[in-house]
Parts: sequence; C-alpha cells; structure tokens
Amino acid sequence: MNSTVPAIRISGLTKSYGETEVLHGIDLEFASGEVTCLIGPSGSGKSTLLRCIAFLEEATNGLISIEGEALGFAMGPGGNRIRLPQAEVRAVRSRIGMVFQQFNLWPHMTALGNVAEALVTVRGMSRSDAEARATRELERVGLGHRAGHYPAQLSGGQQQRVAIARALALDPRIMLFDEPTSSLDPELTGEVLNVMRQLADDGMTMLVVSHEIGFAASVGSKIVFLDQGKVLLEGSPTEVFGKPRHPRIDQFLDTYLDRGAATLI
Amino acid sequence: MSWKLFMLLVKASGLTLVISGVSILIGLALGFVICAGLLSGTRGLNRAAELFVSFFRGVPLLVQLLLIYHLMPALGINVSSTTAAIVGLSLCTAAYQAENLRAGFGAVPRGLLEAADMCGFSHFQTFRRIRAPIALRLTLPAIINEAVLLLKASSLVSVVGIVELTRMAQDLASSTYRPIPIFASAGLLYFIICAIVAGIGALYERRQKWARR
Ligand SMILES: Nc1ncnc2c1ncn2[C@@H]1O[C@H](COP(=O)(O)OP(=O)(O)O)[C@@H](O)[C@H]1O
Ligand SMILES: [Mg+2]
Repeated sequence: MNSTVPAIRISGLTKSYGETEVLHGIDLEFASGEVTCLIGPSGSGKSTLLRCIAFLEEATNGLISIEGEALGFAMGPGGNRIRLPQAEVRAVRSRIGMVFQQFNLWPHMTALGNVAEALVTVRGMSRSDAEARATRELERVGLGHRAGHYPAQLSGGQQQRVAIARALALDPRIMLFDEPTSSLDPELTGEVLNVMRQLADDGMTMLVVSHEIGFAASVGSKIVFLDQGKVLLEGSPTEVFGKPRHPRIDQFLDTYLDRGAATLI
Repeated sequence: MSWKLFMLLVKASGLTLVISGVSILIGLALGFVICAGLLSGTRGLNRAAELFVSFFRGVPLLVQLLLIYHLMPALGINVSSTTAAIVGLSLCTAAYQAENLRAGFGAVPRGLLEAADMCGFSHFQTFRRIRAPIALRLTLPAIINEAVLLLKASSLVSVVGIVELTRMAQDLASSTYRPIPIFASAGLLYFIICAIVAGIGALYERRQKWARR
C-alpha cells in the first residue's frame, strides 16, 4: 500500500436534495490510520457527507476515492462523470464499515447472528466458522457473554458495541461513525467511546461525526468543522480548538461543550 | 339436541376448516406475489396488482363467489363447487393479505436495510435475510386477523351448494325445528376453530423472542 494514497479523497463534492444544495463543493483528504472528527452545528451536512462516503447517498457532483479507487463515479475521458457498475461499487464499499446513530441491528437475530450474518451470506463462510469469528469480535467489544441475546434484550450501549463488532467482522479498512453515542443515555456513552478509542489505538482509519468534543479533542488527530454545507476549518485539535478561536467555533462550543472537554483544550 | 346432530355439525365444520385452511394458505402465497407487484417499480405490474386489490376489496365476497361459480364453467373450466369456493375465497383473501404485507414491508426501518447494504448484501440477500423476515413478523397479527375473518366469511360458500358448517346448521334447524341449540352449537364450533387459528398465530409470535422492540 502506497502510504501517500489517502484513505479517502473527496473532491468538489456537492449534494442536492431536489432544488436545495446541502453540500457545496467539499474537498477533503483523510490519511490512512488517521482519526478525523467531523463536527458542526445540526443541519450542517455531516450525516450527508458521511452517507455520500458510504455511498448510501449519491453525490450530485464531485468524486470520492477510497484508497485510490473510485467510489461510485469516475471521471470519463470527456471530463464527464460516469456511474460505475454496482459490482464495483460493492467491491470498493466493502472496505468501509459504518456505525449508525440508531445502531440498526437486525432485531430478528441475536448479537452473534448480527455479527455472523454477512460472513455467511456475503462472504460465504460456513456458519460455524462465521460464528467463531463473530464470537471473537464480540469479545473484542466486551460482549462475549451477550452473544445469545437479541437486540431488544441489550442496552443501547451494548447494541452499539454489537453494531461496531458487526462492522469490524468484515475487516474494513475505514470505519465511519455517525453520532454513535447521540441516542445513548449519558452513562452509556463511555463504553462505546472506549471501544472506539481502542480501535483508534489499533490504527484504524476512522471518520467520526460526534458532539463528544472531549473525545474529538483527545482521540482525533484531525478536526473538520462543517458549517452550512462547507468546510469552515480543518486542522489538529489544538489548531481548531486552541485560542484564538474562530468565532463560529466559540459559538459551537458554547452549545455543545461538555464538562470534560474544557480541561483538555 | 342429540349427539348425532352435534356430530353432523362437527363433520361439517371439518369441511369449513379444510376450505378455509386451504384458502388461507393459497391466499397468503398469492398475497406475497401481489404484494411484490404492489411494491414493484414496473408500472404495468404495479397497476395490475392495484387493480386486483381494489376489485377484490371493493366487491362483496358473496358476489365474487357467485360470479366465479358461474364464470368458470362459462369459460370451459369444469370444476367442483368446492374448488370454485376455494378459488373465490383465495383470491379475495389474497387481496387483503397483499395489503397487509405491503404495510409490513413498508414498516421495516430503512436503517436496517442500509446496514445490510454496508455489509455488502445484494438486493436479493437483503430481501431474503432481513426484509422479508422482519416484514412477516410485523405483519403477523394482521395476517392472523385476516385468516380468522376468512374463516368466518367462509360461511358464504353455502351459496354455491357446499354443505359446510353454516349450511349444515341451517338444514338441521329447518328439519328438526330446533334452531336455537343448533345455531348455538354452530357458533361454538366456529368459535373453537377461530381460537385454534388465533392460537397458532400467538404461539408462533411468542416463539420469536425479539418481539419486544
Ligand atoms: N433525505 C433528505 N431530503 C431532503 N433534505 C435532506 C435530506 N437529508 C438531509 N437533508 C437536509 O440536508 C441538510 C443537512 O442534513 P444532515 O446531513 O443530516 O446534517 P447534520 O448531520 O450535520 O445534522 C439539512 O438541512 C437537512 O434538512
Ligand atoms: Mg446528522
């Protein structure tokens, strides 16, 4: 792997819903092994950007490449964008794991079933091999003892950790997190953030949308501040959060800053 | 009321159970197909499925049964009245089950499908492993409800000359001049059959531990 090829490269990305453009020309690069925290006010387009990178939404314009390979669209010879075949989309997308705010575990499968399912259905592993692998992933997020539980029988924090294990079981090169702790009770966010911190220490490339400023400042190697569909600032946590601060950051921190973060910044 | 009369009613309720049981199963299978049409992106299929549903929901079952009973021989299809009855009941219940299933498929949260997308599932894999099982589970109470309604509506097939439970009760009532015990017994038998069908549904529902969400 050529280390100069970014894990994710986004160029000239715009996204419109109908007449309304919600992302206006985003250019970003994320290096391999880097943890980037994407912050910004509600409605600034963080989820939309993440969903474009996951190809759950198709960008209206612009290109995205994952480890140098075009995702969804490529530039044609005439300078026009061409849609790549679905098989290619799937192949490139298989390098990306995604964790959703709402967990999105499949309710009719146990924790083990959720993690093992794609290994069997998509990767063609035998059920027993898949379950052995799934068990290891559940242990990695501290849930080996909950393998037989259905999502409805787990706490929110446990469900989110199962969702992380489900993504990790497919050996992604990049993990996307869209507000992974926003629907959790405050006392449950820690267990999820710890798993993410561990993952960051293991060298995973991560792109995290979060209002956990403490996490962003301590784990993020880079902060991207999105405002009204544009990248307003990007830099190290010290550059973005340190003084003197951009007035929009100040305003944002007033709204979202948690107590723990004050000491870190 | 004599034991012998009661046993005649029990036997007739066997026919009720067979006719409605077969119709429920065929109706469910056909309902799946129609539901696929309702959800299909192909305009023609979509329209055809919608037309089917609105016809069978908009015309009284009694009229449908009489129409089918007379239409089939007119089209050169010679079938027994039992078959005609099953065809009529199946088509009608299929329309309702298709609507039930459509609602169930629509109620599967989009995020669950996106999670499958991110795990590399193809459309068909998502359908088979995620969408259909969840939709079925969400739809189960409505499906059972429709099955019970059909069981009771099956009394209408007496118009095409089938001596099922209701017809048997009518015949016995007029030949013995003792309508009250006979219709009361018929009612009890319907009640028991419906309870069994509802019970099977409840049992299946309870077997699925993930019911609580
Ligand atoms: N499916 C959609 N259809 C129309 N507008 C949308 C849709 N999804 C998001 N938007 C709009 O795009 C903007 C950005 O939304 P989003 O990416 O969810 O912001 P964030 O995650 O930063 O809160 C918002 O104004 C939102 O209303
Ligand atoms: Mg969002």
